[in-house]
Amino acid sequence: MNRARARLTREAGYAVPPPPPDVARTGRGLGRLRLGGRQGDGRAALGAKAQARALDRGRGVLYVYGNYAGDNMNFDIAAELAGEEGIQTRTVRVWDDVASAPPAQMDKRRGIAGDLFVIKIAGGVTASVADLDEAYRVVAKARDHTRSIGIALSAGSIPETGEPTYELGDDEIEIGMGLHGEPGVERGKMQPADLLVDKMMARVMEDLPFQAGDRVCLLLNDLGATTWLEMLIANRKAHQILENQGIAVHDTVIGSYCTCQEMAGLSITLMKLDEEPGAYYDLPATSLAYTKGPHRG
Amino acid sequence: MGKQALTLDETRDMLAYVAAEMQRNQDLLSEADRAIGDGDHGIGMARGFCAVGRVLGERSFAGVGALYDAVGMTLLTSVGGASGAIFGTLFRAGAASLKEQQTFDSSALSRLLLDGLAGVTARGKARVGDKTMVDVLEPAARCCAELTETCQGEVLAAVTEAAKVGMASTKDMLAAVGRARSLGERARGHVDPGAVSLYLILRSMSMYVTQLEQSVGPA
Repeated sequence: MNRARARLTREAGYAVPPPPPDVARTGRGLGRLRLGGRQGDGRAALGAKAQARALDRGRGVLYVYGNYAGDNMNFDIAAELAGEEGIQTRTVRVWDDVASAPPAQMDKRRGIAGDLFVIKIAGGVTASVADLDEAYRVVAKARDHTRSIGIALSAGSIPETGEPTYELGDDEIEIGMGLHGEPGVERGKMQPADLLVDKMMARVMEDLPFQAGDRVCLLLNDLGATTWLEMLIANRKAHQILENQGIAVHDTVIGSYCTCQEMAGLSITLMKLDEEPGAYYDLPATSLAYTKGPHRG
Repeated sequence: MGKQALTLDETRDMLAYVAAEMQRNQDLLSEADRAIGDGDHGIGMARGFCAVGRVLGERSFAGVGALYDAVGMTLLTSVGGASGAIFGTLFRAGAASLKEQQTFDSSALSRLLLDGLAGVTARGKARVGDKTMVDVLEPAARCCAELTETCQGEVLAAVTEAAKVGMASTKDMLAAVGRARSLGERARGHVDPGAVSLYLILRSMSMYVTQLEQSVGPA
């Protein structure tokens, strides 16, 4: 995700922010490992400001990141510091996790794997549109059309210590649990995959809501330790549900984008696509973690 | 009658003393964080104040405001996460009105705390009762503003006492903001690590001034 983001940034005229917010999403432990300690997000404010300075071509900088308290504060400071240097910034916080707060408190929701779609749109928009406010409008719209939910099968671990990030029984699952073990909406015994996907899809679809006639992008994100076979079982059921509801799937993405070391489980993301974000979604992008060729049609 | 104001050099020495104390208390802070967070608050604060110690020794400062601003900027860039943003903001916002002032007296301390409080609450949106460092900062700032005493050592001792009461009050609170919010009832019974940090900062300032007064004798 880091790489994807950095690459998209380079392709874009505006900045999509650098690594810091990934600390929150990849799990503290992994983030720490990869970013060389909390220094990673410690430098967030000035790092993001420096990034903004490097990327600003007089057109401004768009920050896109997951909605977590520490990230919000650091990027707000970065925006203020950039402003003092005359660099204009706009911010889109991604809050796609439907399990983390009710719809009336949208801005309390966490950003999870839906980041991928919103950042993809941001990359496409900023490569094509010169006006910051216009870019902001489209990216915010993509964010507003994106919903996700996760399910945890086993806790992640902190790489330095090997300690589990939270307690979850061997035969237990929790729908909606966050990457740091934040409480979800339903904890219980293991259930068949089809039943779990059914429950997850119902939560996601009723939230926007996604309806017959809609066109969506579907993301199945492995939380870190889920097998490809399990992901495909979930994918099969998700497609069946969407087809039964009369919802067309524009694109399906399956992979590890928003993860915690050793955490088993997956999240499902839907982004409703109309013509505007659609055109930007289909633009190619290249990175280590995420590559998008020309639309397959 | 103790010292009314610290000189610029003494203020810098005081902050260097605070920086050393915060590094010395790394394990205590991480231990507090292990109960309701991810257990690395002490690591981040120690890293930040180690950098502060370095900056204080390397640079020269035009006034008390520049000193506190440098502390804030250094914490902002080296602590990490919400702690870096909050404690960085505390010192930067607090420094704003002190500018090139050459002495640090009780009125300057009061402005540091009040402006810092305004900056921190604007940044983090936490209020008294939310189980954060604001539960220490608000009573400390209020205590300082209400004191008619002008002896800096006595002022800091009173402010530290108010801070201690504030820190203890976080123990029975539920967290309303930040990651501990998701712990619900499990957060009860533990003091907030950020509150402990701010108490230690104020206590260290107080300890330095006490030692300074003892070393120079009554004025």
